[in-house]
Amino acid sequence: MKRFYYKPAFPPKPAFTIGDGMILLGLAAILYGGVRLAFDAPSVVSGPEISLSPGALPWYALLSVGRMAIAYFLSLLFSLFYGYAAARNPAARKILMPVLDVLQSVPILSFLPVVLLSLSAIFPEHFATELSAIVLIFTSQAWNITFSFYQSITTIPTELREASAIFRFSAWLRFKELELPFSAIGLIWNSMMSWSGGWFFLMAAEIFHVGSHDFRLPGLGSYLKTAADQGNLIAVLAGTGVLILVVVLLDQFIWRPLLAWADKFKIEMVEGDDAPSSWFLDILSRSWLMDFFQRRMDLLNEWLELSFQGNNAVRITPGESPGKRPAWHIALTTIALITVIYGCFMAISLMATLALKDWVELGVGLLATLARVFASLVIAMLWTIPVGVAIGTNRRLASLLQPLVQVVAAIPATALFPMLLLVLLRVYGGLNIAAVALMLMGTQWYLLFNVIAGAAAIPQDLRFTTDLLGLSALDRWRTLIIPGIFPYIITGSITASGGAWNASIVAEYVEFGGKTYATTGIGATIARATDTGNYALLLAGTLILVISVILINRLFWQRLYRLAEERYRME
Amino acid sequence: MSAIPGIKFAETLLNLDHVCKGYGSNPKQRLAVKDVCLTLKAGEFVSLLGPSGCGKSTLLRIVTGLNTATSGTVQYRGETLNGVNPYATIVFQTFALYPWLTVEENVEIALKARGVPSSIRQEKARKLIDTIGLDGFESAYPRELSGGMRQKVGFARALAVEPELLCLDEPFSALDVLSAESLRGELMELWLSKSIPTQAILMVTHNIEEAVLMADRIVVMGKDPGRIVSEIQVSLRHPRHRKDVSFQNLVDSVYAAVAGQTRPETESLGTAPGQPGATRRLPRALLNQLAGLVEKLSDEGGRADLYRIGGELSLELDDLLPIVEAGVLLGFLSVQEGDLLLALLGQTYAEASILARKEMLAGRVLRMPVIAWIYESLRRDENHRLAWEYFLNKLQADFENRAEDQLDIAISWGRHAELFAYDDDTGELYLE
Repeated sequence: MKRFYYKPAFPPKPAFTIGDGMILLGLAAILYGGVRLAFDAPSVVSGPEISLSPGALPWYALLSVGRMAIAYFLSLLFSLFYGYAAARNPAARKILMPVLDVLQSVPILSFLPVVLLSLSAIFPEHFATELSAIVLIFTSQAWNITFSFYQSITTIPTELREASAIFRFSAWLRFKELELPFSAIGLIWNSMMSWSGGWFFLMAAEIFHVGSHDFRLPGLGSYLKTAADQGNLIAVLAGTGVLILVVVLLDQFIWRPLLAWADKFKIEMVEGDDAPSSWFLDILSRSWLMDFFQRRMDLLNEWLELSFQGNNAVRITPGESPGKRPAWHIALTTIALITVIYGCFMAISLMATLALKDWVELGVGLLATLARVFASLVIAMLWTIPVGVAIGTNRRLASLLQPLVQVVAAIPATALFPMLLLVLLRVYGGLNIAAVALMLMGTQWYLLFNVIAGAAAIPQDLRFTTDLLGLSALDRWRTLIIPGIFPYIITGSITASGGAWNASIVAEYVEFGGKTYATTGIGATIARATDTGNYALLLAGTLILVISVILINRLFWQRLYRLAEERYRME
Repeated sequence: MSAIPGIKFAETLLNLDHVCKGYGSNPKQRLAVKDVCLTLKAGEFVSLLGPSGCGKSTLLRIVTGLNTATSGTVQYRGETLNGVNPYATIVFQTFALYPWLTVEENVEIALKARGVPSSIRQEKARKLIDTIGLDGFESAYPRELSGGMRQKVGFARALAVEPELLCLDEPFSALDVLSAESLRGELMELWLSKSIPTQAILMVTHNIEEAVLMADRIVVMGKDPGRIVSEIQVSLRHPRHRKDVSFQNLVDSVYAAVAGQTRPETESLGTAPGQPGATRRLPRALLNQLAGLVEKLSDEGGRADLYRIGGELSLELDDLLPIVEAGVLLGFLSVQEGDLLLALLGQTYAEASILARKEMLAGRVLRMPVIAWIYESLRRDENHRLAWEYFLNKLQADFENRAEDQLDIAISWGRHAELFAYDDDTGELYLE
């Protein structure tokens, strides 16, 4: 049950600091740069032709997976370098960690329009949209992997670290034999999280289409969208089937075997009773071919290790930061500061061109989207808490429902969105309901999994005691269950609301069946600004969304999270 | 000095000259190790003995180059040490084995890091595993082994690189009694029979009997600040027997040397935080433990052997000493030549009613500058309530990363003496 429990990494004291302000200013400057580039973006972008023939599906699936894979490897590479730098260099850590902290709470999808427009101003249309999708998926995948790697590196037991120093490991040997193994399990779990999150963004990027700007990409997402557009139910079913198949195949042939293999890297010195297993890994480890490759790899490995081992002057303490900063350091900081200040100044002067009614629209839109986010969260809680507690406290039910829930949860909500539209757009206020529904579909699973984990973690003896006391159902929930799962509800809600904000970008303004539908919301305003080329509005909308989400995170969720951690954690 | 054939005696391997190790910056710098001078010669087995927090592990890390001294010089074979000491290895208290490597791989990796090619590595590792009696377990993972077997791997790995100086960091303290004893015996056999190329052993321990059993020389360290307080030669012949009278006498005198050092360098209680001068650190003891000790002593007639009473209360030296220190600080106890004496105040306390005890305790505890300062701060406050962080911030000037620990002890003492209380919900201290 533990597999679903995801714990966000928060700084010990939730507060909005000057550092956060600086980072936001930096973000504003970068966004301005993007918008400035977008001035030259083509006013019409024609999308690809999407074939609904079933024969095209494998190719589309390959394209989608390919984008994911490229973005993922970039994320992994980034994480290793960034996490390593932050962990081993105290000076760098002071900047790198707060930046990471802000980035991971930013609604990534809100950057999609700016990235798309700015890149299509520089690159040819097709390449620009491909690149944007990869950039977007990268930004959705990288942060939690980086955090996990950083945390692993910094929590390596001192004596293991000292042992590698006293035996004079080279940097390479230390990385390969200590740091990488120690962080392997965290890296794999977070990679899995990143992939399932990445599907959400990939689908959103593949179907992004505002007015005359058709940014769609050939892939599973656009296939599903086109199929729903044309009301082709068979194609919808085929597309969904292939999507599920791809997710299941990846799980069975990549993630499960990796997890089972990585079990040997766990640090506990006791034998666990429920080690993850994988049939595919079992087959692989018995195969003669694998053995053959293994031997070849060993030779290469040996050569690598011995050649790196030349330098024996290993120091254990991470490099002390020198007292005086070098001149280039100061120069670089100054240049960066000036650029940021200039960018912010230009951003403000661009936004100053907006009329009062634009600001009113943004404010109202923000409130409307906020209401939707909370509505989706409340609805999700209403059903996930009872169901999650039922599953979590009942082993038989858990083993029965778990596989089913896993498969359903694996389908990215954005892939199903076109089908929702097909049904809901005919109803009054349809898009409004559809938007909440998309948020709900994207977020409820985080909550459900966390509630299940929380309910399962309530100690057996506490449950027995409550039984013996003969408490009424209401008292039972009040004194045991709600306090027991409270921290898990909060962690689930934080992740869930982050997902919901993202969903607003694609859910509030849609092209469907050749028509444009819009509802009130900040996501709709951003999408409309993208289409009409109102760059001042686009910049203002994106900035407001980013700042609001970060503020809500810092001032509301992190406080609750700390309360939950301190008061209700059962340990 | 033990009689080991084939070693050039008295060749100085290690020389520490006025080594200090401080943490924090100048005005309030805390010394973990102060002015340590120590020489280690070929053929010697030296034990560093002392209560926890006396800097003995820090000293071991300075010797191996894992840590650097703030001042003073560390020389090995006449050369000043710079970086990791290439002649030394460590056997760690927690074994420090790589859980994802098998027994053989764990031993081999030490050789791999020295650039030994794979074929030689394997042969050598197998031979060592055989020597320590773990053949058949080459492909087992550490988590499949018992604590004693894991530490054997730890020894095999350290011996694989044929270190001249073998450093042991409380290598037996995480093991059960039987495994520890058998492993001690095996190490002594390897060392005395000269079947390993190791020239000297430096062992950190807080176990007095262990030191007397194994070492040629015991270096006793005291704390606040960590320093060498005495050196004791052990000239008993090997094999040594714990039941021997000469062994017991030596244990007693070492015990007296260690316990005598629970008294800080100066007897003063120090000053309150924020005022000039050092603030006395509160020992990590609970007052109800002290009450228990006082009653036990009273039953014993007011005088008892420290070593024996520790055994009867089944308290490790590291747990007993802070309680004794608290008793001495509060004036209930005193220490004399390895004996614990009940002071008059302690006698009164043991005979007093519960209510009278509380009053006595409150009065005595208030003599501690840290507690008095907390109490006064709360009294001066309008609502008699102050945030936990307020005290923590002020304590950090004196205690740095131990400030939280100190505040916890102060709160526990204050609560026990009913001077002030702590509200966990609001994170505030308040007067009752």
